[in-house]
Amino acid sequence: MSTTTEQTAVEAKMIPIYVMGKKYEVPETLTIMKALEYAGYKYIRGCGCRGGVCGACSTVYRKPGDYKIYTGLACQTVVEPEMYLTQLPFYPANRATYDFHALEGNPEEIFGLYPELFRCVACNACSKVCPMDVEVMDYIAALKRGDIAAAAQISFDCIQCGLCASRCMGELPQYHIGQLARRINGAYLTPRAEHLATMVANIEAGRYTECLNKLKSADEDELKRLYTEERELEPAQAGEDWTPKENVCL
Amino acid sequence: MIRKISPRTINDDFRRKVKEISGQDIQQCFQCGTCSASCPMGRMLDLLPRKLMSLLQFGQSDAIAAANTAWVCASCHTCMVRCPRGIDITKVMEAIRQLTLRQNINRINPSEIPAEEVNDMPQIAMVSGFRKLTS
Amino acid sequence: MSIAYYPGCTLKTKGKNLEKSALAAMEVLGIDVEELPRWNCCGAVYSLADDDLIHVVAPVRDLVRVAERGQDTVITLCSMCYNTLARANDLMKNDEEKRKTINDFMDEEPDYSGEVRVVHLLDYLRDEYGWDKLKEKLKSPLNGMKVAPYYGCTLLRPKEVALDHPDRPVLMHEFLETLGADVVDFPNAMECCGSYQVLGNPDAAVEVSHEILSGAAEKGAEALALTCPLCDFNLGKRQDIILEKYEGASEVPIYYFTQLLAVALGVAPEECHFELNRDSAAQLLKDKNIISAVPA
Repeated sequence: MSTTTEQTAVEAKMIPIYVMGKKYEVPETLTIMKALEYAGYKYIRGCGCRGGVCGACSTVYRKPGDYKIYTGLACQTVVEPEMYLTQLPFYPANRATYDFHALEGNPEEIFGLYPELFRCVACNACSKVCPMDVEVMDYIAALKRGDIAAAAQISFDCIQCGLCASRCMGELPQYHIGQLARRINGAYLTPRAEHLATMVANIEAGRYTECLNKLKSADEDELKRLYTEERELEPAQAGEDWTPKENVCL
Repeated sequence: MIRKISPRTINDDFRRKVKEISGQDIQQCFQCGTCSASCPMGRMLDLLPRKLMSLLQFGQSDAIAAANTAWVCASCHTCMVRCPRGIDITKVMEAIRQLTLRQNINRINPSEIPAEEVNDMPQIAMVSGFRKLTS
Repeated sequence: MSIAYYPGCTLKTKGKNLEKSALAAMEVLGIDVEELPRWNCCGAVYSLADDDLIHVVAPVRDLVRVAERGQDTVITLCSMCYNTLARANDLMKNDEEKRKTINDFMDEEPDYSGEVRVVHLLDYLRDEYGWDKLKEKLKSPLNGMKVAPYYGCTLLRPKEVALDHPDRPVLMHEFLETLGADVVDFPNAMECCGSYQVLGNPDAAVEVSHEILSGAAEKGAEALALTCPLCDFNLGKRQDIILEKYEGASEVPIYYFTQLLAVALGVAPEECHFELNRDSAAQLLKDKNIISAVPA
């Protein structure tokens, strides 16, 4: 045995997984996505951010002897021995066409675009399958009673993977309906930020033109100097009412 | 209209399925006609409920399938509360609807309802209509 | 402890006049209700197929929501919601095999076996509040107003969940009488308005609704009182179609029973949202001096 402090690579244990019915031996430490690549698959689609937010790599799997269907994002879920899986990067769902700016933001518009909303039977298969743990059934229930704001809030974590639609016995495209609710909520129901309008008016009135011009005309050395020497740093323990001494550009 | 009833024209499978889904003993019907007299949709029906029950007893699935009866029924339960034989005819109608809907056949198509019409409807109209008339 | 209140979807949009007037009236009466914080659509119609349990899941889920809050009673206003919840409750209470199947299917929810009591505001007023006590609270009784009680289907049928005799009901008669109205009995009071056939066979719904309205008018009714937003749609909102189609048909104002209750209790008409009724509704109340002005 070596006496040096050199680290030795520990070989990961290999476990069997089944991808679309075919068995592969993969290291047990990998995510499903890495395991698939390890097994020789090359992603052209069905893979996006690799960070758990884009919704491109939703995966369904089962475990031996268990009736339950499990879901996860391939890029986030670690493989388990004997799991059998397939990725469902896309699931076809009715997607209504609308001119968003022609909408007024009332529930009836959603009802008209997605009448199938009313075919929900509250079986909850959608919430159970959601890899993001969104209470899908609850936002559909909220929409059925016209509560767009609640639907927008409950569906906020949706990554549009479409697994809900794949399991829906009412054949609803939940994720598209939820997206419309969030759009309407953002554009029509959430109060406008009044300070933003004030700020835009200030900018347009030229309040910051001089400051910006000064920066724009500065050369690299000057910019470095301004940034490292002249800039007044906010103290680590600054109170809420702290403002810099130099406030011409505020 | 005279109908020939023979083992060849009796669709026993249909009759059995209606019994199974509705849980009703259709042979109990003694053709008094209370249901037909009570039905608020009576005038709009191709076959009044009494007649439908009779055809059902003889497994005449074609005649029943061709009639609008189960599709015009509004599930008001009047026939059911008045039937002297205790048959829940409303459930018989549901079974007849289900035998079509379960073949993935829609009676109305949600996607084809004009948006303005949907806008007017209270939600319970949509929910109940889709439950009864879509697969 | 407050009673759990299940509104139903339509009461949050087109049937706001049913909910708002009811909540205002219950506040005056001191009936303490609290809306369930989490609920889903009940499905509006109870599944009539013996082998179809998936459509019972929705109302049972709502009953679970009541039970898990430790409440023993849930009150409803919409008669379709009442019917669906009450029938689902009956099934869970009485059918052991189906109860097990449904509980097993809803493995994410606690088991339920019909512990909650489902009531409608009407039978709550009759059985628990009492007509006499209600009468004492009236500020502006419906004197001189000829109102026909329209029961429709789901309060009375089937028998298991009927709030009164399915063929000879008096519940709404008593209710309107208590409010001081001249109750107009008419033969179509328990007849169906066409219900969901407004989707499948709209002409049929128009025809039966016309019969109901003309039946009431023939008996001298000046208005109709009802409990169901779908009846309200067929008889009220779509009355224009009837008036256009049938010669001699006359306008009949339609009220939710809770709106009449609220105005009789002195609730401001603005809180009853008469703008969602036919224009004739607030006008008639004004003409009868029950409200002082038609809300703007």
